[in-house]
Amino acid sequence: MKISEKIIEKGLWLSAFITVVTTVGIIWVLFSESFTFFREVSLVDFFTDTQWTPLFTKKHFGILPLLTGTLLTTVIAIAVALPVGLTIAVYLNEYAPKNLTRVVKPLLEVLAAIPTVVYGFFALIVVTPFLQGIFPGMAGFNALSPGIVMGIMIIPFVSSLSEDALRAVPNSLREASYGIGSTRFQTAFKVLVPAAASGIIASVILAISRAIGETMIVAIAAGQQPRLTLNPMVPIETITAYIVQVSLGDVPHGSLEYKTIFAAGLMLFMLTFVLNNISFWINRRFRQQYE
Amino acid sequence: MKDNKNSYKLQVKNINVYYGHNKVLKNVSMHIEANTVTAFIGPSGCGKSTYLRLFNRMNDYIGNFRKEGDVFIDGRNIYDKKIEVEELRKTVGMVFQKPNPFPKTIYENIAYGLRIQGINKKNLLDEVVEHSLKQAVLWDEVKDELKKSALELSGGQQQRLCIARALAVEPSVILMDEPASALDPISTSKIEELIFELKKNYTILIVTHNMHQAGRVSDKTGFFYLGELIEFGDTKELFTNPSNERTENYITGRFG
Ligand SMILES: Nc1ncnc2c1ncn2[C@@H]1O[C@H](COP(=O)(O)OP(=O)(O)OP(=O)(O)O)[C@@H](O)[C@H]1O
Ligand SMILES: [Mg+2]
Repeated sequence: MKISEKIIEKGLWLSAFITVVTTVGIIWVLFSESFTFFREVSLVDFFTDTQWTPLFTKKHFGILPLLTGTLLTTVIAIAVALPVGLTIAVYLNEYAPKNLTRVVKPLLEVLAAIPTVVYGFFALIVVTPFLQGIFPGMAGFNALSPGIVMGIMIIPFVSSLSEDALRAVPNSLREASYGIGSTRFQTAFKVLVPAAASGIIASVILAISRAIGETMIVAIAAGQQPRLTLNPMVPIETITAYIVQVSLGDVPHGSLEYKTIFAAGLMLFMLTFVLNNISFWINRRFRQQYE
Repeated sequence: MKDNKNSYKLQVKNINVYYGHNKVLKNVSMHIEANTVTAFIGPSGCGKSTYLRLFNRMNDYIGNFRKEGDVFIDGRNIYDKKIEVEELRKTVGMVFQKPNPFPKTIYENIAYGLRIQGINKKNLLDEVVEHSLKQAVLWDEVKDELKKSALELSGGQQQRLCIARALAVEPSVILMDEPASALDPISTSKIEELIFELKKNYTILIVTHNMHQAGRVSDKTGFFYLGELIEFGDTKELFTNPSNERTENYITGRFG
């Protein structure tokens, strides 16, 4: 007994240790490789140059086109996921019979379980042709189609976390609102959603950070052309898609071109790290509010 | 008898209430006059809250709630199919046991009831906010910080804010379910004074566990026991000379 306990304890400790070491290792590689990159490319150029052409003969190292590409697809995704996810959360919490909720929630989770490569091809083969029917000038690769599909993918992030936030609103507020003559709709959107705002915002930030990090869908359907634009109809490239492109290409290891992926990766890491922390912080403050 | 129907503000006729198979109100009937305070007392679980919530149909949301019998307000059957509950609840305000202000500003708490009716004119809202807060004797304490969150007020202030919020939509009936049970003695006496004032313009029904409070604020008192209305009459009479033995036992503290 005692010995098996000890083995289990050591085993658990080891898994925790490996996790921490891996994380630290990844962060260390990101920073050290980026450091050597930034000895050759100035931070000013990195953040102000409007072109990103490390793989061309005339090289530019401006991250802005990749950033706007990421921003564009993310904004489109959130524009889809927030209204749909929030509506689902409100519906499940305030309107749907309990049985329905029990069926719909697992179904929604399935959305998050579909491999992203499937979403990517769905965007490229189904959604883009469909959108081209509506917007004839649209390019075969563009930000809109993968943005929308990414939005569908992150709906469960928004809906399930928002639902938790709505459920945490004390029943006494519902009663107060109904008691003064509100309809269900008014109660949901004028009292409950504002009362759950911090939780909902936290869920959206988490969804944003998921969208920023999403790789496969944009790599497949958005094109690979870093372009400083906010036009959703033309090919663009996101940070993640660029990293994939270089990793799969034949750029020699150790070259400056190769190191760009670490600089881009660091940028990505910073973005999602900050967002996750904001989300975590908001969520914790929100919890305290009602306990 | 029937001709008298309209002279009563509230009329309850042979009400039975069930939660599933559990019968929690048994054949209760009652008349209540306008501009009076009626207290409901009785041991925990005897159905006071359920009874009170019949008047604004707040029980309707409870899944297994079912009722027989009718409730009339100003001669209208409030369970009639033609009645819109939202409209009904604008006439019948409610104050709950625990103060439950919205996590909004003091101002917006009061304005909410008007905003949901589509009233957004600033000077009208200003007027109603001031008037309601004055009626609830809270104005002097908060008039300089209307933009402050209502959650920063003390419990007693929050409860008066909830009363002001209910008053803002100009109801004619106010339901209070143990409105002072979560408050300190000073806040409690403020609420009691307030109830006395409000009686001039409103018909008030109040559930209370506090016998002295019932004695102080109410004109009529009803004693419930296991879902039955055992005794209903003038408060003074009921407390000094109860006609039923169970009432007497309860008010003298022998059980409950
Ligand atoms: N939502 C509900 N579902 C099922 N039964 C309920 C529900 N609400 C109340 N009851 C039952 O109905 C009976 C009356 O409850 P009610 O809340 O009206 O009593 P009360 O007199 O207000 O009690 P208290 O003084 O404790 O507030 C109780 O037996 C209670 O268990
Ligand atoms: Mg009760």
